[in-house]
Amino acid sequence: MSTSTSTGAGTAAPARTYDAYSAPLWRRLLLTRETAVIALTAAVILYSIANVPNFDGPLTLKFLLQDIAPILLIALPMTLVIITGEIDLSVASIMGLSSVLLGVLHENGMSVSAAAMLALLAGLACGALNGFLIAYVGLPSLAVTIGTLALFRGIAVGLLGTKAITDFTEKWTDLATDTIGETQVPLVMIPFAVLAVGFVVLLHFSTFGRGVYDIGLNDEAAHFTGVDVARTKLVLFVLSGVVSALAGIYFTLRFGSARGDNATGYELQVIAAVLLGGVSIFGGRGRLHGVLAGVVLIGVISSALRLESVTVNVTNIIVGLLLVASVILPNVLAATSSRFSRKPAAPPEPRPHQDAAPAGVGTTKGSDS
Amino acid sequence: MSHTDVERPDAGSSEVSAGEALLVEPSRLSPTRRALTTVLRSRELSIFLVLVAVVVLATSKNNSFLFSADGWRNFLLNPSILLLLAVGQAVVIITRNVDLSVGSVMALTAYLTGRLFIDQPGIPVVAVIAACLALGAVLGLVNGVLVAYGNVPALVITLGTLYIYRGIMLTWAGSDRINAGDLPSGFLSLGTQTFLTIPLLTIVAIVVLAAVGYYLHTARGGRELYAIGSDPDAAVLYGLSVRRRLLAAFVLSGALAGLAGALYTARYGTVSSNVGLGIELQAVAAAVIGGIAIFGGSGTVWGAAIGAFLLVTINRALPSLGIEDFWQRAVVGVLILGAIVLDRVLATRQARRLAESRDHA
Repeated sequence: MSTSTSTGAGTAAPARTYDAYSAPLWRRLLLTRETAVIALTAAVILYSIANVPNFDGPLTLKFLLQDIAPILLIALPMTLVIITGEIDLSVASIMGLSSVLLGVLHENGMSVSAAAMLALLAGLACGALNGFLIAYVGLPSLAVTIGTLALFRGIAVGLLGTKAITDFTEKWTDLATDTIGETQVPLVMIPFAVLAVGFVVLLHFSTFGRGVYDIGLNDEAAHFTGVDVARTKLVLFVLSGVVSALAGIYFTLRFGSARGDNATGYELQVIAAVLLGGVSIFGGRGRLHGVLAGVVLIGVISSALRLESVTVNVTNIIVGLLLVASVILPNVLAATSSRFSRKPAAPPEPRPHQDAAPAGVGTTKGSDS
Repeated sequence: MSHTDVERPDAGSSEVSAGEALLVEPSRLSPTRRALTTVLRSRELSIFLVLVAVVVLATSKNNSFLFSADGWRNFLLNPSILLLLAVGQAVVIITRNVDLSVGSVMALTAYLTGRLFIDQPGIPVVAVIAACLALGAVLGLVNGVLVAYGNVPALVITLGTLYIYRGIMLTWAGSDRINAGDLPSGFLSLGTQTFLTIPLLTIVAIVVLAAVGYYLHTARGGRELYAIGSDPDAAVLYGLSVRRRLLAAFVLSGALAGLAGALYTARYGTVSSNVGLGIELQAVAAAVIGGIAIFGGSGTVWGAAIGAFLLVTINRALPSLGIEDFWQRAVVGVLILGAIVLDRVLATRQARRLAESRDHA
């Protein structure tokens, strides 16, 4: 695992690769973005246990896990999507759409399990539409998924209006909130953890995952080394759609309410958690354990502040500051350390603009005349 | 409308037909013909025609959609605030960046407006608007500094400041909200006043649009923004002051969002915690629909303005067309996808034509 760590994290920033290889093992393990996020998360947890009343209380863990579960789920495929240098802004709309479909189908007499299957299929179709437009038509993912963000949410709100459907069978809503035996860990965390392991294997221990990094570093080079770039992107957006639908179903059953505006704005939370976890928005760099730590970090901060009866606003400020600091700090540190070290200055990080728009190259030309 | 394509001095001998010559050498045509073809071929025209079609359809079903004092006023007034945001967003997107924080900036200045009127009774309206512009500009400057000097993409930075600014606004506002009763009637009437049947807010928005559009189209600074967006590295190598231009673009976007916040308060009279929530995506959508390529370097603010008009007008038109307005967002989504697919098709066609005319020359 540690070899793939170095290559995965290093190739995006050549300056660091050489340092990383020549540095002693403990430095290689400790000085990564992921380790920093995990350490920060651990520190915040320990601090909260020591100082926040009731943080170690019986219900905190349950609510914490229930709150972060949808973000955690969607962050898995989102990590892969962002590593390829694309983005998916439509995830929260797919959550809303699957929530509404679940509600409407169930209201019309379908069993929850059958309705959930159809909602998952709808998520698959949504992801396939995104993936087709991005991978095969070659449109920029930022623009496509802003469009489908509006489209999928529009269909959800159009189908149900401002109504809410709440008459789900108790068996299913209980399943979403039940805990494992005497512990306070929600039962659904078991399948979710299996899914997370699946994504770790997919990204870090498979050829497919290798291709994902290659595309993010240079999609043309990836193509010539035999990676099917278009198909990989299609698969990722389909995965993102299906997992978002799953998160939508969980969200609906947990609160026992299907609404068109469920989970509005979640896309930004997911992306914030992924970037906080050390994934580069330019693609090619990032690891899932960092992302998991990022999701947990945001969850713990929200939950601790809520117990301190600090409003959600302060959480917003802290999440925003963390996000900005986490992307600015490494650059500042690199600049300072190269100024003060006697070694020759490291070459600068790749400029933001170079890789920002692999798909946009064709669309920018001449469309304004 | 803006020709970023560099004219090739060696291309286009006299045998080249008018249509092909147009692509490589627009300057050979007479100014009138050039203006005419520019308009006819522009992306802005197609989106404008969609807007006209929506208005004609809605008016044919319900005369008062346009031909009543209220209908006419709403048609002009409702898009004004989004128009301001879309213009700022357009300028930022042209430089290959994006400003997701505009909704939060707008919320902050909307609350600032109310706060100033409550805490400083008798404060002149001009001073309040100036304060909003200044606060917006400062918040935009923060974005700009972080983006230009941090070497971090604007998407990440402004996603962060979106949270930070909104958090500051909510912490500052606490649980109180601004109501129409807290505001002087002189200020509120700004939101409804008209001049020659045109609402004052619309005039403000149009003046801003014209100024920014003229600057982008003609001034050196404006052209440099396009250059930066087309190829940032080339712009650096060429010696353009990229950082200064980026700062200016973000300051403009912030200041316009600040102005939008003041106008929002004048128009609606109430400021609650969800002012401007999600409007950043609408502003980006307006720009994209209006033909601004999301990866910079092309498009005009006129297009973004028409896009803003279209987004808002569709929302009002759907009920007149017998469709529940719940479907508005789905229609908007289809429009955005349609606009970017059209962009793609036009770009491919133009590339092919350029290649052909090059081979003939």
